[in-house]
Amino acid sequence: MNMYNDTVMDHFMNPRNVGEMEDPDGIGIYGSPTCGDLMQIHLKIEDEVITDAKFKAYGCGSAIASSSMATTIIIGLSVEDALKLTNGEIVDKLEGLPEAKIHCSVLADMAIKKAIFDYAETNNKHYKALEGFDPYEMVQEEHVCICGKDEEK
Amino acid sequence: MEKRNVYLDYSATTPLKDEVLEAMMPYLKEKYGNPSSIYSKGIENKEAIKTSRLQISKLINSEKDEIYFTGSGSESDNWAIFGTASSLRCKHIITSNIEHHAVLNSLEHLESQGYEVTYLKVNEQGLINPDDLEKAIKDDTILVTIMMANNEIGTIQPIKKLARIAHDKGVLFHCDAVQALGNIPIDVNKLGVDMMSFSAHKLYGPKGIGALFIKDGVEIDNLIYGGAQENGKRAGTENVPSIVGFGKASALALSGLTEHIAHCLELRNYFADRLFEDVFDTHVNGTMLDRLPGNLNISFDFIEGEAILMMLDYMGISVSTGSACSSSSGSPSHVLSAIGVPESRTYGTIRFSIGDFTTKEDIDYVIDAIKDITKKLKELSPFK
Ligand code: FES
Repeated sequence: MNMYNDTVMDHFMNPRNVGEMEDPDGIGIYGSPTCGDLMQIHLKIEDEVITDAKFKAYGCGSAIASSSMATTIIIGLSVEDALKLTNGEIVDKLEGLPEAKIHCSVLADMAIKKAIFDYAETNNKHYKALEGFDPYEMVQEEHVCICGKDEEK
Repeated sequence: MEKRNVYLDYSATTPLKDEVLEAMMPYLKEKYGNPSSIYSKGIENKEAIKTSRLQISKLINSEKDEIYFTGSGSESDNWAIFGTASSLRCKHIITSNIEHHAVLNSLEHLESQGYEVTYLKVNEQGLINPDDLEKAIKDDTILVTIMMANNEIGTIQPIKKLARIAHDKGVLFHCDAVQALGNIPIDVNKLGVDMMSFSAHKLYGPKGIGALFIKDGVEIDNLIYGGAQENGKRAGTENVPSIVGFGKASALALSGLTEHIAHCLELRNYFADRLFEDVFDTHVNGTMLDRLPGNLNISFDFIEGEAILMMLDYMGISVSTGSACSSSSGSPSHVLSAIGVPESRTYGTIRFSIGDFTTKEDIDYVIDAIKDITKKLKELSPFK
């Protein structure tokens, strides 16, 4: 019996695309002010397609598994399509996370959006999905790590 | 490395010892009578409870009639606090800021009812300064409640000194000794406590059974009203099999105490030595001196506790996180914050607790696993 299912355990024990890049086209770092968990993602983008993604994460099992899964999803996607990724999709691909751990998947989702935001800013690109997206404000608003206490209390 | 199952969470609960189960068995089967019945089937149960009471009283050097059975250590804590609070109309209670939630949340409730509570601070090692207690006692203080040994960092408080200070000012002293019983010697007379809480499943007994020592002459109100069980102080048909198990576990704890302490200390210190030698960026929380023999609380830099826990679990090793972020309470541990562990470090904290069935091979296996895991998680970590 494990708190996590086999797919989650697989991505947690053997995370895909771990690392950093020499000179990435976009960097996203998203941290939770509540639990101190943090994800960093580097993206390589060629002709509007994400050709590679590398991540590093400080966080719980589901944060690591979600980050790993998220990178496998977005590699090969166009930037537009990658922006459509939601944390719900990551959870689905992982075949579910424990209720109290759903929020950990937001870490990956947000870090990717921030990386694309970074890419858009440096390359003067505009994406509809990023309109009104303010990565600095978000950190304040979103309390990403809801490790369960808030819900159980 | 061949996978093995290693349980290193004896502070959470302990496995039931075979001898304890054997002692309980008849009371789960043929000896099912109600201890309140006056025919033989009842009386043999009443006798069994008496025996258990005697066994426990020997372990703590009390009179047997000073032991009252409860449903858990938490119930004992609640009873001591609410039982005192309702018999006396005064309004001030003193505790520490590293108590178990059974104490802290009970006091929080009393605060909402108008009570005033003082939370004594502990130093970096987790120890209370007796002078602080002395200064905190006021005219309307009715109770001091301080734990004997902390469940997270294992710190053992100077209970004797603290109890004397309370008594000098005429204040009752309650002590939560749930983690201490069976792990260090306890003598209620020498300590001078008025009430003390215990739980059987921390000393190789069954779950769902606790006890409160109430010193002869100390009067507190009931928490549970009903029948005449436990001298009319705690109603409800007795959980005889568990009471018998608690008694047997106490008898075993008493006869094996020296050995138990030596075993835990040896393995705990071996564990610590190997860890500090082989694994970098680790810190021990609390003091190595006044500490439960089997407890080791370690913070790992740059990596997160739940991830460590899950990977250890994958390798067959059971431990708990210090920060409890993952064991479903979100905020960092109040105990680690109280001893000044920086918040970032509390997230990477693991409590290892060693017990009677732990072997040196277990420790070697765990150290090797930790080496692998920390290496892996550090590669994953964005922090350097
Ligand atoms: S991301 Fe913080 S607990 Fe999962």
